[in-house]
Amino acid sequence: MSGRALPAPLRAFRRPLGAVAGGWLAAVILAALFAPLLTPYDYDIQALKEAYQPASARHWLGTDEFGRDLLTRLIYGARTSLSVSGIAIALSVACGMTLGAAAAWFGGWFDRAVTVVVDLTWSFPEILIALILVAIIGPGTTGTMVAISVAYLAQFTRLTRAQILTLKSETFIEAARSLGAGNAHILFRHLLPNALAPVLVSAMLATGDAIILEATLGFFGLGAQPPVPSWGGMMSAGSALVFKAPWIIIFPGLAVAVTVVAINLFGDALIAELDIRARMRRQV
Amino acid sequence: MSALLELSEVSVSIGRAALLERISLRLEPGHILGLVGESGSGKSLTAMAAMGLLPLIGGRVTGGTVRFDGQDIAAMTDGQRRALRGRRIGFVTQNPMTALDPVQRIGAQIDVVSRLHLGLSRQAARARTLDLLTQLRIPEAAAVAEAWPHQLSGGMKQRIVIAMALAGDPDLIVADEPTTALDVTVQAQIIQILGALVRERGLALLLITHDMGVVAQICDRVAVLYAGRLAEENAVDPIFAAPAHPYTRALIGCIPQEGMARGSLHGIPGAVPGALQFPPGCRFHPRCPQASALCRATVPPLTPHGAGIAACHHLSVEAR
Repeated sequence: MSGRALPAPLRAFRRPLGAVAGGWLAAVILAALFAPLLTPYDYDIQALKEAYQPASARHWLGTDEFGRDLLTRLIYGARTSLSVSGIAIALSVACGMTLGAAAAWFGGWFDRAVTVVVDLTWSFPEILIALILVAIIGPGTTGTMVAISVAYLAQFTRLTRAQILTLKSETFIEAARSLGAGNAHILFRHLLPNALAPVLVSAMLATGDAIILEATLGFFGLGAQPPVPSWGGMMSAGSALVFKAPWIIIFPGLAVAVTVVAINLFGDALIAELDIRARMRRQV
Repeated sequence: MSALLELSEVSVSIGRAALLERISLRLEPGHILGLVGESGSGKSLTAMAAMGLLPLIGGRVTGGTVRFDGQDIAAMTDGQRRALRGRRIGFVTQNPMTALDPVQRIGAQIDVVSRLHLGLSRQAARARTLDLLTQLRIPEAAAVAEAWPHQLSGGMKQRIVIAMALAGDPDLIVADEPTTALDVTVQAQIIQILGALVRERGLALLLITHDMGVVAQICDRVAVLYAGRLAEENAVDPIFAAPAHPYTRALIGCIPQEGMARGSLHGIPGAVPGALQFPPGCRFHPRCPQASALCRATVPPLTPHGAGIAACHHLSVEAR
């Protein structure tokens, strides 16, 4: 009972994998936040004389083809990658929950329309939707953000809708109604709070996928535009130099891989702590 | 005394299925009316009708009137009906395990009822909640108010649900099988608590149950429902001493007695027919040991019988 006092995200740290994954994520987020304090170099000042240097005491991860410090660019790249995918998912969750809850709440033709459109987008791979949207909006961080959030919209809409539909017939909703609760009270105080935990966990896991999607778009040159670094953009630049200076592509690649694995592991720990599967069973 | 809740000849349909037919009930302040019958006999539907909640499940009243404190519920606006629920009518649900919101603390769930209906401040509502919990003999009320639903036992949750029903200071409590999901010792406690509430506060209680044992313990009057019709209505003593309707007799036969011989506990063969397959005549006739040609052909009228009423063609025979 004592453990219940802590919020679930903190409890996830008590699991060994959760602690390692959470520790990495915290480090990356802090590094991204305090990037200018952590490194003496700028991410965009070129020093051509120092190009293609391997790892050294001066440049811990080496330099890229323009002589820029790779670690510096990696840290600033974390800023781009994390903020773009994070904001995109937040946007996606907000719209998806609203849409899903409204569909489940009002039912009828509105529900059918939302379901059809959402299932239609669901049937395409996220990367395809994102590519089409970036092509329409134009490359850059804003375009990437919008594209990613639309690509994941179906997931959150469907999840919220399913949650609300099951919750709607719960006894405690009937009880609240029979004690005089109105629609707004039931929707905002009972239904949405109960649907929140599973949606947030799936948002967390989707953020991992979104980082890959952001890197992919960046790799295609559709994400953040140079000289602003993003992990995908850095890999793209490094791909032509794999044999000459392999570290240019290896380190951003590792950053993406490790961060995404960490998000998934932390998400797993969170699911276990939130006891979501057990709650799903009880709802049947 | 004037009735607090009065149903006169209420019929209810959902879609094309006529589920309740001409149900009449009367409940006075300080009294407990037991509504009994097997699953599917229309008990919960009658309660929904009494609270004006039928539209929620797609049902509608097709005849008769429901009056609460003299006012016709059908004539009220949605807002007026909502103001009635929780404030004047408290509802205790069937399954306490799922009747509480899992993501809200116990105290908050009770507080909100008195804040909504009595316009109390946060502090006043919490004080009232703690007071209610103490009255319901919940130890360490303050700790329980801070607890989450999953931390409480079933009996405790049912008391919380009762506290929620009482928080709006109602005149009538509708309890839909409040003890069905609980184990026997806890059942007895909950029944005791409900009985005490009626006596101490002068509340009226509409107790829906299929347990004749519970009825015998606390009810003043009993209405027996079968397949959407009233089979018998009477004060509790004559019901048990001289049940008029064969269905009532069969229900009483289902109560286990102390010292009963092994294998002598009776069930009622067959099941309540579905709403679309109600048999003609007396709806109980396919399962009735006394069924005659008359029962198969004509609906038995509700006729006075002692202090109550009953609907059976063989009443005169049985009354002897």
